[in-house]
Amino acid sequence: MEKEKKWPETWQELTPGCMVFRPGSTRDYHTGTWRASRPIYDTSRCIKCGVCYIFCPEGCISQDADGYFMADLDYCKGCGICAHECWPGAIKMVEEG
Amino acid sequence: MIEIRWHGRGGQGAVTSVETLALAAIGEGQYAQGFPSFGPERRGAPVAAFNRIDDKKIRVRSGIYNPDVVIVLDASLMVLVNVAEGLNPEGTLIVNTAKSPEEVKTETGFKGTVATVDASKIAREEMGVPITNTTMIGAAIKATGLVKIESVKEPLKKRFGKIAQKNINAMERAYKELKIAK
Amino acid sequence: MSERIGMEIALAAAEAVALCKPDVVAAYPITPNTHIPEHLSDIVAEGRLDADFICVESEHSALSACCGASGAGARAFTATSSQGLLYMAEVVPIVPSMRLPIVMAIGNRALSGPINIWNDHSDIMSQRDSGWISMFAADGQETIDMMIQAFKIAEHRDVMLPVNVNLDGFQLTHVVEPMMMPSQKEVDKFLPAYKPYAAVHPDNIVSMGSLAMPEIFNEAMMAKDQVLINSKKIILEIWKEWEEQFGRKYEPIGEYRMEGAEVAMLTLGSMGDTAEVAIDALREKGVKAGLLKMKLWRPFPVEELLKAVSGLKSLVVIDRAVSFGGPCGPVCLEVKSALYDQKERPLITNYIIGLGGRDVVVADFVKIAEQAIGAQKKKPAKAYEIYGVRGS
Repeated sequence: MEKEKKWPETWQELTPGCMVFRPGSTRDYHTGTWRASRPIYDTSRCIKCGVCYIFCPEGCISQDADGYFMADLDYCKGCGICAHECWPGAIKMVEEG
Repeated sequence: MIEIRWHGRGGQGAVTSVETLALAAIGEGQYAQGFPSFGPERRGAPVAAFNRIDDKKIRVRSGIYNPDVVIVLDASLMVLVNVAEGLNPEGTLIVNTAKSPEEVKTETGFKGTVATVDASKIAREEMGVPITNTTMIGAAIKATGLVKIESVKEPLKKRFGKIAQKNINAMERAYKELKIAK
Repeated sequence: MSERIGMEIALAAAEAVALCKPDVVAAYPITPNTHIPEHLSDIVAEGRLDADFICVESEHSALSACCGASGAGARAFTATSSQGLLYMAEVVPIVPSMRLPIVMAIGNRALSGPINIWNDHSDIMSQRDSGWISMFAADGQETIDMMIQAFKIAEHRDVMLPVNVNLDGFQLTHVVEPMMMPSQKEVDKFLPAYKPYAAVHPDNIVSMGSLAMPEIFNEAMMAKDQVLINSKKIILEIWKEWEEQFGRKYEPIGEYRMEGAEVAMLTLGSMGDTAEVAIDALREKGVKAGLLKMKLWRPFPVEELLKAVSGLKSLVVIDRAVSFGGPCGPVCLEVKSALYDQKERPLITNYIIGLGGRDVVVADFVKIAEQAIGAQKKKPAKAYEIYGVRGS
């Protein structure tokens, strides 16, 4: 199988105006590798208010089947904004590794 | 090619005069240019506007410095501006004034054809306002024969709508009342 | 059927644009182009044109609004002059990069300072390398024709680039003269409805104006350059179509009395008409003089230039802008660079004239040509001369 190109090889392969026709193509960009610390969720303190979901600059937080909010670690950059904003104190940032 | 310079004051409608005359000539199938003295509009300031009329395509796009005809919409300008400047010695000077052409000849020292008409009086009587830009077109046509007076009516109707007829009446009176001294 | 009309050229330009049925017109007034968007707003208000006229708060917004509209699949038009074009400048190169076929009229005017509202070409020259197709109209008729051609060229699938049509401020914008105005039916026949290559829409997702990393930027610039260079072929095709339908010929470099010419002047824009009269006068004196009227400025018509100057002893390039601190005027710079590799090339002299509305009469063109002929014998002391400067 041909290895998928990271970017077009030649100028002729560029789309006109460098337009991007594939929706959600930024999903290919796994920003989770930028993370130096990760959010840990304490479901016992979580009140499911969703403030973390609103503030997450990466848009990587979603609700699970039980209604708790979780970050997708493929994309979470570990910025800690969710932990800062979580007023019940349900999110803690811990160092990776 | 005939080149014409109109003298007026900002707001007196010299641009409308050159536009109307150009449109009349173009309507007859002639070629014409009409343009203002390029620049900002300044109400009351002495301004000039220009026409070129020819039976073939006009290519010159520079200013006009040696006109064949000069038309003065406002006689009060004659003490401020040398209206005969650069005027072809065999050309025509047409002035809105109650004075006779001979008097204007003496005052200006211009030796070519001079024509006068009291366009302010005509405009006041026919339109109720002393705005002479359309009235003086009648004088210009009489003195130069550049276009037929009929040809001006259509552009005037288009431009002035309901009040066009008053303008046409004033223009026709100026055409009849113009006094010419060769 | 086309109709012979008398009209101020700026208004005629607006009428021509209206015949092209733009969906969006966004513009901010600045002398001397103002009458174009002003008249378009009248046409929209009168119900003769079903377009959104956006009264923006600046030229930057005008072109940005056109960008958004064009990206959403609308046919968009704007117009400006001088500092207005500079205020747009941030957006100007983005439009061709995004391949948006916006049409813009530029009522050419000097750049400040000192502040000056009159005509020269310093405004467009400042945006010369932005990637737009750039044309110069010499008279009212060319203004009308180029406005209509511009939409067809811009929207062609092999082009998809913005086009600016340059008309000299005042010298063209404010002059009433006779022109042939095409009918709606004729324009509809010439210009098909706009079918965008791509348009931003929730049902058909596309991202425009994305980031390009250094790994792709060279390629993106190459693509931008190539599409502009290659657009000449389409421009020539569309001009041919225009000639077939309307009988008026358009070429990248128009020629006037070039048969057997030894000396030629090269002009852009409305100077060409006045220069024609000077050429007649020179020919009458027995001078083998001709005139080259450049209509296509970008893409620069190299092949046409080489063909046009072959056999000439002397070429006088007339500029209407200064490249401050540069080797010569911007047009001359490009002409010289195009001719550098040629074994046989004419002696080139460069006159910069008509800055900020300084009038240039027929006698000036005659004088310039005669000086250039003198220079054939003696190499000119200076690479260029700003003509008619007192004290020099």
